[in-house]
Amino acid sequence: MSWLDKIVPSVVRSERRGESKVPEGLWKKCTKCDAVLYRPELEKSLDVCPKCDHHMRIGARRRLDIFLDEQGREEIASEVVPIDRLKFKDVKKYKERLASAQKTTGEKDALIAMKGTLKGIPVVVTAFEFAFHGGSMGYVVGERFTRAAQVALREKRPLICFSATGGARMQEALISLMQMAKTSAVIERLKQNGIPYISVMTDPVYGGVSASLALLGDINAAEPGARAGFAGPAIIEQTIRQKLPKGFQRSEFLLEHGAIDTIIHRREMRDRLASLVAKLMKLPG
Amino acid sequence: MNLNYLPFEQPIAELEGKIAELQLVGSDNRLNITEEIERLREKSSKLTESIYSNLTPWQIVQVARHPQRPYTSDYITRLFTDWEELHGDRHFGDDKAIIGGIGRLDGRPVMVIGEEKGRSVHEKVARNFGMPKPEGYRKALRLMEMAERFKLPVLTLIDTPGAYPGIDSEERGISEAIAQNLAVMSRLRTPIICTVIGEGSSGGALAIGVGDHLNMLQYATYFVISPEGCANIIWKTVEKAPLAAEAMGVTSSVLEELGIVDETIPEPLGGAHRNIEAMAETLKERLIAQVDRYSAIPIDQLLEKRYERLMSYGND
Repeated sequence: MSWLDKIVPSVVRSERRGESKVPEGLWKKCTKCDAVLYRPELEKSLDVCPKCDHHMRIGARRRLDIFLDEQGREEIASEVVPIDRLKFKDVKKYKERLASAQKTTGEKDALIAMKGTLKGIPVVVTAFEFAFHGGSMGYVVGERFTRAAQVALREKRPLICFSATGGARMQEALISLMQMAKTSAVIERLKQNGIPYISVMTDPVYGGVSASLALLGDINAAEPGARAGFAGPAIIEQTIRQKLPKGFQRSEFLLEHGAIDTIIHRREMRDRLASLVAKLMKLPG
Repeated sequence: MNLNYLPFEQPIAELEGKIAELQLVGSDNRLNITEEIERLREKSSKLTESIYSNLTPWQIVQVARHPQRPYTSDYITRLFTDWEELHGDRHFGDDKAIIGGIGRLDGRPVMVIGEEKGRSVHEKVARNFGMPKPEGYRKALRLMEMAERFKLPVLTLIDTPGAYPGIDSEERGISEAIAQNLAVMSRLRTPIICTVIGEGSSGGALAIGVGDHLNMLQYATYFVISPEGCANIIWKTVEKAPLAAEAMGVTSSVLEELGIVDETIPEPLGGAHRNIEAMAETLKERLIAQVDRYSAIPIDQLLEKRYERLMSYGND
């Protein structure tokens, strides 16, 4: 550790919301408690705030990177790229929206699928990229997920999915809706063939993804504090004309109401999922 | 403005009003105005034809939601004999936004599951305006699994503004209920024929919409998010719903082109609500043919076909 690391604590100060500007680069503000965090420290803690334990959103690549073993990774279905079948246009062309999302994220679409090992166990993992169009599911997300599941089926590897999404992608209209049916059907095939499917919901998971692949796991898990539900809070408030209870639709609420099996801290994700998968696959402990 | 007619139908309403007036005069004075009435009738019919041959997607959405549009219960009484409604999900309650039961379609026993909006204010409230909660979808699932055991073809009728977005819905797992139906319907060992009869809104519609054959009535609509919802997100105002309807392609013609809808069932002139009997007759004929066609396919072959079709969604 350098002398600088020693004198700079991970949390240097807390500030009131909106009062300060955090310089780009070395420092990052916790999106929940506003603590200003030293980036290398934060990365070591897997983007979980060392002060308040808030699990910050992370990108799909990083998710896969911190989850899989380093060796033997192989991306699946990266050749599947978006097609604008409807020539959708609102204030902007869908094509332009895609191009700008591709530019900012460096990804072709909102899901990345990978083959690899988890503590030595061969697995297939998919992760949503929330920064790409709100992680919305259109053709590419559905198709990549489906192809990943087919690899899992063929090679008898457990499938694990980290979701983070606003739901179905409006700009692909009914094609998006049908991805719900498609992904649910392939998951059902896994079930009938005894291949474990584990769904991990990370903040946030809503709409069409919640009502399909995210809640069909043999095991449904969530990160602490993640929000997940069918309808967004604003829509519900509008419908029932009252304020929602505190903690509504958070992981803890989902656990309490029986929607998920467990909440898993990001730090324990590898260990606990490896252990679960090993038991389901009857591998030695 | 005549509330039995949609805004874009007002010219037709005026003509029909004139015809009604003339009929009154005719019965009073015994004047021979039959010819004039005949002439106006023809004019009204031609006008309806010309208006309806050029409907915009947004106008079709309005027809699909017309307050007089036939609902699931209207079709059940006209399509099936020996009808027995079956209630409840066996866990929580009976959701009246979904009607399920067994009837005979021209002699053939079938399981019918349909979403129901309700006609009178009282009934609308009881049926939650056709917005099912988890127990509704779980009732549907229970009945579909029963149909599988007894090898009854499943006919679903889709007509919903969406699954209910409320606290109780979320607490009881509306997402899981929908997802479970999608999964099970993909492999249910009996033919499933789905028909969008009115409004097919998003996951709440799809939850009873996975099967071997998807019909849409000519002026039904099917979307991933309501045009109002889409407009609200993109343009920040529901006023732009017509543009959203246009952009999303919410009509059977577009969806047939995309390979999602298999068959468009023609409606009587001016929409299903102008002649419910004729609409029911057409639908019945089509369903009989489809039930026979899909029942004749060996079940493993049918399931493989269903699965292939699901896997192909969105492919070129």
